[in-house]
Amino acid sequence: MNTDTPLLTMRGVRIDGFADERWTPIVKGVDLTLHRGQVLGLIGESGAGKSTLGLAAMGFARPGCRISGGEILFDGIDLMRASEAEKQALRGVRIAYVAQSAAAAFNPAHTLLEQTIEAPVRHGLMSAAEAADYARTLYAAMDLPDPDTIGDRYPHQVSGGQLQRAMTAMAMCAKPDLIIFDEPTTALDVTTQVNVLAAMRKAIREFGTAAIYITHDLAVVAQMADRIKVLRYGEEVEEAPTETMLAAPKHPYTKSLWAVRAIRKPGETGPDKVLELNGITAAYGTIPVLRDISLAVPRGKTVALVGESGSGKSTTARVITGLLPPVAGEVRFEGAPLPPALRGRSRDQLRRIQMIYQSADTAMNPRHTVHEIIGRPVQFYLGKSGAEVTARVSQLLDMIELDDSFMDRLPGELSGGQKQRICIARALAAEPDVIICDEVTSALDQIVQEGILKLLMKLQRTLGLSYIFITHDIDTVRAIADEVVVMFQGEVVEQGLKEQIFAPPHPAYTELLLSSVPKMETGWLEDRIAAQARTASGG
Amino acid sequence: MTDTPETYSAAAEIGAPRTRRGPGTRAWLALKKAPVSAWFGLVVICAYALVAIFAPLLAPHGEAQVFAQPYAPWTANHPLGTDQIGRDILSRLIYGARNTIGIALTTTLLAFLIGGGLALVAAIARGWTDQILSRLVDVLMAIPSLIFALMLLSIFGASVLSLIVIIAVLDSTRVFRITRAVAMNVVVMEYVEAARLRGEGTWWIMRREILPNIMPPLVAEFGLRFCFVFLTIAALSFLGLGIQPPTADWGSMVRENASLIQFAQYDLKAGITPLLPAAAIALLTVGVNFVVDWFLMQTSGLKDEH
Amino acid sequence: MHPVLTTVIQRLALGLLTLFLVSLLIFSAVEFLPGDFTQAVLGQSATEETVAAFRRELGLDQPAWARYLDWIGGVVQGDFGTSFSGRAASGVNRSREVVDLVAPRLMNTLFLAGMTALVAVPLALFLGITAALWRNSLYDRAVNAATLSTISMPEFFVAYILILVFGSLVPIFPSLANVTPEMPLGERIWRCILPSATLMLVIVAHMMRMTRAAIINLLASPYIEMARLKGLSARRVILYHALPNAWAPIVNVIAFNLAYLVVGVVVVEVVFVYPGIGQLMVDAVTSRDIPVVQACALIFAGTYITLNLIADILSIVTNPRLLHPR
Repeated sequence: MNTDTPLLTMRGVRIDGFADERWTPIVKGVDLTLHRGQVLGLIGESGAGKSTLGLAAMGFARPGCRISGGEILFDGIDLMRASEAEKQALRGVRIAYVAQSAAAAFNPAHTLLEQTIEAPVRHGLMSAAEAADYARTLYAAMDLPDPDTIGDRYPHQVSGGQLQRAMTAMAMCAKPDLIIFDEPTTALDVTTQVNVLAAMRKAIREFGTAAIYITHDLAVVAQMADRIKVLRYGEEVEEAPTETMLAAPKHPYTKSLWAVRAIRKPGETGPDKVLELNGITAAYGTIPVLRDISLAVPRGKTVALVGESGSGKSTTARVITGLLPPVAGEVRFEGAPLPPALRGRSRDQLRRIQMIYQSADTAMNPRHTVHEIIGRPVQFYLGKSGAEVTARVSQLLDMIELDDSFMDRLPGELSGGQKQRICIARALAAEPDVIICDEVTSALDQIVQEGILKLLMKLQRTLGLSYIFITHDIDTVRAIADEVVVMFQGEVVEQGLKEQIFAPPHPAYTELLLSSVPKMETGWLEDRIAAQARTASGG
Repeated sequence: MTDTPETYSAAAEIGAPRTRRGPGTRAWLALKKAPVSAWFGLVVICAYALVAIFAPLLAPHGEAQVFAQPYAPWTANHPLGTDQIGRDILSRLIYGARNTIGIALTTTLLAFLIGGGLALVAAIARGWTDQILSRLVDVLMAIPSLIFALMLLSIFGASVLSLIVIIAVLDSTRVFRITRAVAMNVVVMEYVEAARLRGEGTWWIMRREILPNIMPPLVAEFGLRFCFVFLTIAALSFLGLGIQPPTADWGSMVRENASLIQFAQYDLKAGITPLLPAAAIALLTVGVNFVVDWFLMQTSGLKDEH
Repeated sequence: MHPVLTTVIQRLALGLLTLFLVSLLIFSAVEFLPGDFTQAVLGQSATEETVAAFRRELGLDQPAWARYLDWIGGVVQGDFGTSFSGRAASGVNRSREVVDLVAPRLMNTLFLAGMTALVAVPLALFLGITAALWRNSLYDRAVNAATLSTISMPEFFVAYILILVFGSLVPIFPSLANVTPEMPLGERIWRCILPSATLMLVIVAHMMRMTRAAIINLLASPYIEMARLKGLSARRVILYHALPNAWAPIVNVIAFNLAYLVVGVVVVEVVFVYPGIGQLMVDAVTSRDIPVVQACALIFAGTYITLNLIADILSIVTNPRLLHPR
């Protein structure tokens, strides 16, 4: 392979977005060099401009965006000066794109095969029959089931993980020199993600395709990329070979990308159970979602409910809060049974169990000020009014490390982390015993997550709160849990002290779940695939 | 490279750019950026409101005052001439503003009271209440409203009261649909669930959590519904089944003087006289539509920001 | 059974149920009439025998459900009853069958509506699609402003402006559309030009705006961006990727506007003195000729429901998710 002349060169690329009647910069002068057969990881948090930069490598700007300056050279072709027809001739043929949501990016009106072979056939590279043959080869290379016939299905007829693989096959079908992967596994569950990652990597290695891999997850990109470039606010923070980046990140911002992994606390339990679930079975209509769930929450401790989407963790929260009365079983609070339905519970019972949601955006009324949001429970549960409420709100703001200047703000005027803190303050205002945290950090950037988790731990120490922490993120569990409950398809697979759960031997599902979480080291994916192959051949 | 704070502080985290402004200033700022069409619409609406309110002061003659000469040409005494029985057209146009707009406004308000109220009840109660109300509305909406109105008018007779009630009830089905749809979007929000978990009552949730969040689309809808009601009443009056004489009303004025159009070749002024009340109707609805269009752009633009 | 078939049958059943409920609603109109309406129809001097005979003819001595069955049974066979007009206090009955009044006028109305739709639908789709493709261009803005103004105007305003300009100032077209059954087709079309143009202006404005919104919505989908990123030509993106998904919204727009056309026809017919069913209904409402009003209302409502039902079914059968079930 020729590594002297780069395949893609970007110099001082600037991209603007149109918002609020004016152009504001999204990408502020980024340089990028990519050689043939190389994989570059582009990492950054929301708003870093990584997707916008990725599309610019195809000479493409989304509606409402424009490439305003710099140089983009693809194999000697100046994409800034190329005509629309010249760019069309490149796209799909020499540069291909894999989108984040395959379900939305496949046209519902055509079969997978029709869409897979479209680029090479329309650009005159292959005949339809040749392309179809090649597509089947690619489906097989991507480990899709029934590679010969899966192409005849429509997008809504296959699963999310399979669609994502089919989309990679679609990108590869014209044998491109470069593929842009835009967060291709973000929407997938962790156990599905491993296999998709493995298939994608196998395919790019096999065909020697260069790639730009865009993600916010450092552990994922460590498996895929030769080099990593870190972006923040549309500027480059640093770039280094993957191993160097993981071993010795130069910039403090890069270190903060694995901030949550740095938090550790020993798991402890206690004899005093504040909340107990005994044999809970629940259903939505006639569809059963929970089967015989039993768990206990020790006072002042954190119980983490872990599982993938559809495992029933959020439903468990709905049963505890009384939103979904169970079909069988009971919820006991401080030893006494709680009425199953919300309506049957007293104001005091409601006060003592509070809830914090994943998305602070939808959990706060956008038309209420912070004072109203936090003040209402103070007024409602504790019967305070006027200056007393304000004084208490001020105190609560102090507890969540914000000041009085936030009191008359609306949620729209807060950052993501601040919003989640206000939600925590609203829960605290009720002076509860138990707080249910439903994926409270998963929508936030790492450094903000770290702040929120540390705040929750501090509040637990000072106020003796008990948490039920619902999450799909194993790192978060390691960081803050005392006890862990692993759930799968509405049942409890395993429960116990954190150290116990994380130490082998594991039940099969826990093993799969834990081993599927990418580790922050290169070569993890190979080991993982090798281990899988061993189990397959051994079993 | 960007400077990274070595110590993390929540308060220092960048939120949305914030300048605290009162609702008055915000409205003024929005207005300053408003397109010409919106300004035009606002001016039209204000002018109509003034004419409607001060009709008796502005009109040169009485609403039903009959003069000797029917179909009089435009003169100083009768700037727009007289109608088929000798009433001053300008005066009737001015009084017509009051009657036509007043009746349309009353009808729209009544429609929102009925449709909006039932929709909120349906959205919060859900279950059977919602099912029954929604199916009923479906059936009522299966008949075109002008046709339904004609049928009902044939039974109850054409009077202002039956006109208002019939149109309001028929139009409330549309209000019900949209209010229920936007309220449903809000009801499923987690902040409403949070309020229910807190133990708040239905009335409080409706007033404090839901209403403030459905106001912008409802205000826009009010504008559109007003136009629709206004045009329906004008059409019915034009057909002779709406507002009855001698009350001055733009729809019936068009009908009464329509025959003048054929004289346009000989006297253009006479020819366009019957079009004046029609133009008055069109101008107001165009104005309201322009303002609603701008308002919708404003509120949906706000949503994009967050 | 194929899920598309199941869904279609469900929709058809729902449509029939709606028709039934609507017919019930229209029938019950008579129930709300004041008790002495027979007197009003026959005149003050009607004798008791005449009134009694009339009440018997209307079946007022029978329970409501029996009368409904009788009425709807007649309707299904094309019998809408007898008109109230032409009855004298003396008992002399010169009233006509409702069918004889309605049938010829219905044909006229269908002719006018059909002629309008034939031009308006393609024109509106063309304008809507091109405006969506050249979004925010001068062309788009101009079409947008023009259509927003048109939909804000009452139909009779548009009609009279056309009459003023083309019927009076520059008398090209006839301003009265008084067609007769014997008239040859060319003459008929010639006389219908102005009413048809009025309807067209209003319908095209509505339909164009809805088409534009539907297409813009569609073009924002990720799979369209994906098609562009595959380097496909604009033509291919539109024809192969956008169009197959556009049928449902477009069909809905057309049906909505044809239904709107059915109603808009009432005012336009009165303005141009066109002998259609709309004018018949207005006259019947004025003279409170209930059987005729009921027949007209049922026809209008039936057309309206059927059009919406067709749109519903067409969007079901063009939906790939239903066509190719899991």
